[in-house]
Parts: sequence; structure tokens; C-alpha cells
Amino acid sequence: MIEKYRGDREAGKPVHILGIETSCDETSAAVIKDGTEILSNVISSQVEIHKRFGGVVPEVASRRHVENITLIIEEALEEADLKLSDLSAVAVTYGPGLVGALLVGVAAAKAICFARGIPLIGVHHIAGHIYANRLMTELEFPLLALVVSGGHTELILMKDHGEYQVLGQTRDDAVGEAYDKVARTLDLPYPGGPHIDRLAQEGREEIEFPRAWLEPDSYDFSFSGLKSAVINTLHNARQRGQRLRKEDVAASFQASVIDVLVEKTIRAAREYGVKQILLAGGVAANQGLRETLKQRTESEGFPLVIPPLSLCTDNAAMIAAAGYISYQKGDFAGMDLNGIAGLSLV
Amino acid sequence: MKILGIDTSNLVLSVALIEDEKTLGEMTTNLKKNHSVRLMPAIDDLMDALSILPDELDGIAVAEGPGSYTGVRIGVATAKSMAWALGIPLIGVSSLEAIAWNTPFFQGMISPLFDARRGRVYTGLYRSGDGELHVEQEDRIIPLNQWLDQLKAGGEPVLFLGDDVRLHFEQIEAQLGELAHFTTPEYHIPRASHIARQGLKKISQMNPEALHRFAPAYLQLAEAEAKWLEKQKN
Ligand SMILES: [Zn+2]
Repeated sequence: MIEKYRGDREAGKPVHILGIETSCDETSAAVIKDGTEILSNVISSQVEIHKRFGGVVPEVASRRHVENITLIIEEALEEADLKLSDLSAVAVTYGPGLVGALLVGVAAAKAICFARGIPLIGVHHIAGHIYANRLMTELEFPLLALVVSGGHTELILMKDHGEYQVLGQTRDDAVGEAYDKVARTLDLPYPGGPHIDRLAQEGREEIEFPRAWLEPDSYDFSFSGLKSAVINTLHNARQRGQRLRKEDVAASFQASVIDVLVEKTIRAAREYGVKQILLAGGVAANQGLRETLKQRTESEGFPLVIPPLSLCTDNAAMIAAAGYISYQKGDFAGMDLNGIAGLSLV
Repeated sequence: MKILGIDTSNLVLSVALIEDEKTLGEMTTNLKKNHSVRLMPAIDDLMDALSILPDELDGIAVAEGPGSYTGVRIGVATAKSMAWALGIPLIGVSSLEAIAWNTPFFQGMISPLFDARRGRVYTGLYRSGDGELHVEQEDRIIPLNQWLDQLKAGGEPVLFLGDDVRLHFEQIEAQLGELAHFTTPEYHIPRASHIARQGLKKISQMNPEALHRFAPAYLQLAEAEAKWLEKQKN
């Protein structure tokens, strides 16, 4: 496998990386040229299937991945107008995520690499979310990435490509999780995040929900207290026979979340004198967060990069983009690569 | 024609390579270890030992289930992706039938079985004796006592195969008496060479278009789906 890598590099051929992502409920495959140019990015979302269960069911997700995997990969190659023999390497998400779901992508990636004699690259899902930004603009170091999704809330400092330092992370619920739980108490359909975001635009910040700042110098987050406060407020209002406008609850909840996320981001950006702030992960689709972060970074003088919505949610283009860094370093995985549910970034 | 056989549907991991009438090599372990980690290196080692390159393969046959959901998926996802990447046919073989091929000369019926918890088993019924297998009852998931009642009514000798037979040995003996037959442990584990052999038999009938749709034979819905369907009925 390494021979193919050396040969391609010496010949100065374009580097085409096939990315594969199956860590949750999206089956995705993509081809990226030279680490930055999207040739294809095919995403098959299972959201319609999981809606009826009120959340992602791991066994159902894993089954769908097996059914779809080769078809999605073939579509990605067709859209990129490439043959398998044009690929330089395959990059695959090997964690964190649902282990049964991860295993499908990992098995497929390994089988393709073995069959075609090309290198295999294991990619951390969060590294992928961060590198979605490199499909928009070149990264400049040091940079700060705010990664927010259904499973993650992390502030990550990067001093160079492929080097990650976790400054802070959630101590309980991820942001996306808190959104989904609050959405459920407001009887909003799954997935609830976008509904809260939409309602928040129409509501007013009438209710004073707590902000979990934690210790003064901490970059960690905590959203379980806020989630409980929302649930209690709704419950108490109901008992008093008082009706709260959903729009106002959403706006107040969202304001509390965004306040903490944005303030901690700005504080870390100042402390480390970063050249860029990146927003990454599924919750980066949140309008309220995007707007507030835009205003604050502008007034503070930090350049902000936010990927378009299609690259915020899980996709394989970002995995291939992150995989390109490993490719350049010659950092390849063996045929014993495993899917790891709780994989850590550093 | 060279066919690679793969089975990871339960604790056993087995890979084999056959060429026409010859079994070139086989590697089988019966361990509680991670198939995801071990499957590709096992294939790599076997093919390396035989000096056969991936693009020399003409087909891949895989145990398609039933069995452990995750185990079956690892085998199927690997076999399916490899077959696709090589542009060769993929053939699915029942994980139960694979074990029944250990004893095709037994005069009577073979019931290979895997424990499926809560008193149930995955099983099927294969008529044997002439070196061939004939499906008498399709693979299914069924309460063991109900299955044994059916076999009793059939009145024919039945050989039970599979490592999980020992979990239910007493119940089988009690319900079937003299009709029940047992054998020694080496006949209980699947061998990928049998799977590859079935692949070779069926390879000419395979439609290349079918590869993308290939999915494991779980024989039951995911629990959440079953509950959801139940709720819709009420
Ligand atoms: Zn994600």
C-alpha cells in the first residue's frame, strides 16, 4: 500500500481521497482532490427513518449503512467522474460515534483499500468537522474551533495541521442533546434543534434562564442545569395554569446557550491570540449562533469561518479533507483498524 | 475459479480460499475476540501465504446470517465492499447451512442452531445423507420447545449442530428422546471452505446488479422497529 502512495507522490499526481462517514445516521461518501476541492459529496440521510423512534436507533442505523454503503460509494465516484484506480487513499471515520454504525464504514474502507492496494486513513470525526472549514478557505494557525453537535461541545486549539488541543468540553450534555431534550418538552418534532432555532427567531427573551459559566478560568461547558431549568419552568407554569409562548421559551433557552458558547469562544480566542475562529458541527447550522458569533468576532477583530449548511452536518467530504493531512504525513492505518465509540481526539 | 469464503456471524472467524476442486487454505478460530480487528488481517495473511493477489479472485462468498447482528454485518460489509471494489460477484450463504455442510452424509435431518436468547433459537432443517443438503424448513427464529415439538411430529432422526447445542442439550434429549442425535465439537463450528464451495456452485447465477442491494439475513426486525410496528397495530 505504501508503494502506491510513494509512486503517486513521486509522479506528482493529483491526490484523490475517498472519504467514508457512517458514525451516526448518515451514510456518506465523497471524493476530495488535493485536500481542498470537493469533487463529490453524496449523503444519504436516515432522518426520516429515525423520526418515528424519536431519535437515532443504533441497530436500525447500522442496518441501513450496510444496505447503502457500496451504492453511495459508487455514486460518489461517478459524480467525481473517477474510477477506483484514480484513488490515492481511502479515509474513514473510526470514532467517536455509534460503534455498530462505525464498523460498517471501517469494514468497507479496509476492504476497498485491500482490494485496490491503496493506503487506509483513520479519521477522528471531530477532526473531520473542523476540516470541513478547509473546503472553504485555507486554515491559519493558531486557530480556535468551536465544535457543536448532537454529541459534542468542544473548544479546540490548533497550532498546526493535525494538532489538536482540547481547551474545554461539555461536562454533561452536548449542545445538540440539550436542544433535542428541550424540543421534546415543547412537543416539537424530532430532530428538535432546527425547530427551536426557528421559534427563537420569532420569540422574545422573556425568561431569565441560568448561564453555566463554571469556574472563572474554565473553558468547559454544562447544559444539563439549563435543560432542567427549562423543564421546571414549563412544569411550574402549567401547574399555575399559565401558558408560556413556545417562541419565548425557545428564544430564552437559545439565548442562554449562545451566550455561554460565544463568550467562552471569544475569551479563548483572546487568550491564545488566534488568527481564525472556526465553527463546526451540526449545531453550526443554528441561525442564532451563526449571527451572534458573526457580530462578536467582527467587533473583536477575529476572522470567522463557518461552513455552508451542507458541510456542517455529517458528511464524508470533511472526513476526506481531514484524511488528506494524514496522507501528506504518510500516517496510515493498518488492516486491524477498529471502530471506537469513545475515541478521543488527542 | 478462485473463491474467497468468509464467516464472522458468531464467535467463529473463518476465512478460506478455494480454486475449483481444490481447497487452497483455511483459517478458523473459535474465540471471543473482535472480528472487526481480526477479519482483514486474517484474509491478508491467508492470501499472502497462498501468494494470491486480490485481483486474482473470481468471487466472494459470505455467511449472510443469522447470527450476531454485528458479527454478520462485519462479514457482509467487508465481503460486499471487496466484491464491489474488485468487480466480482458476491454470494450469500446461510450461516446455518454453512454448519450443516459439516455432516452431509448423516442419514436423516440436520438442525443447525444458534441460541437467540429468551428460549428461542435460530435454526432451519436440512435433509442430508447423499452428500447434498436439501432445505426442508427455511431458516427461522423460533422458541426451542415449539421447534422440538415439530421435529418430534416429523418422526425422523435429527442431528443437532452448533456450539450452542450444549446449552440446550438436556431439553433436546428430553423432548426428542431417541430421535435426537449429537456429535463431537469439531463438527459444530462453521468452516469458510464450505461457504466458498457454495459460492462456486452459485457464482454463474449471480446478477452483478444485485450486489448493491445485498443485505444480511437477520431473520428478525431490530427491536425498536418491532415495537414500533406493534404500536401501529394497536
Ligand atoms: Zn458529527
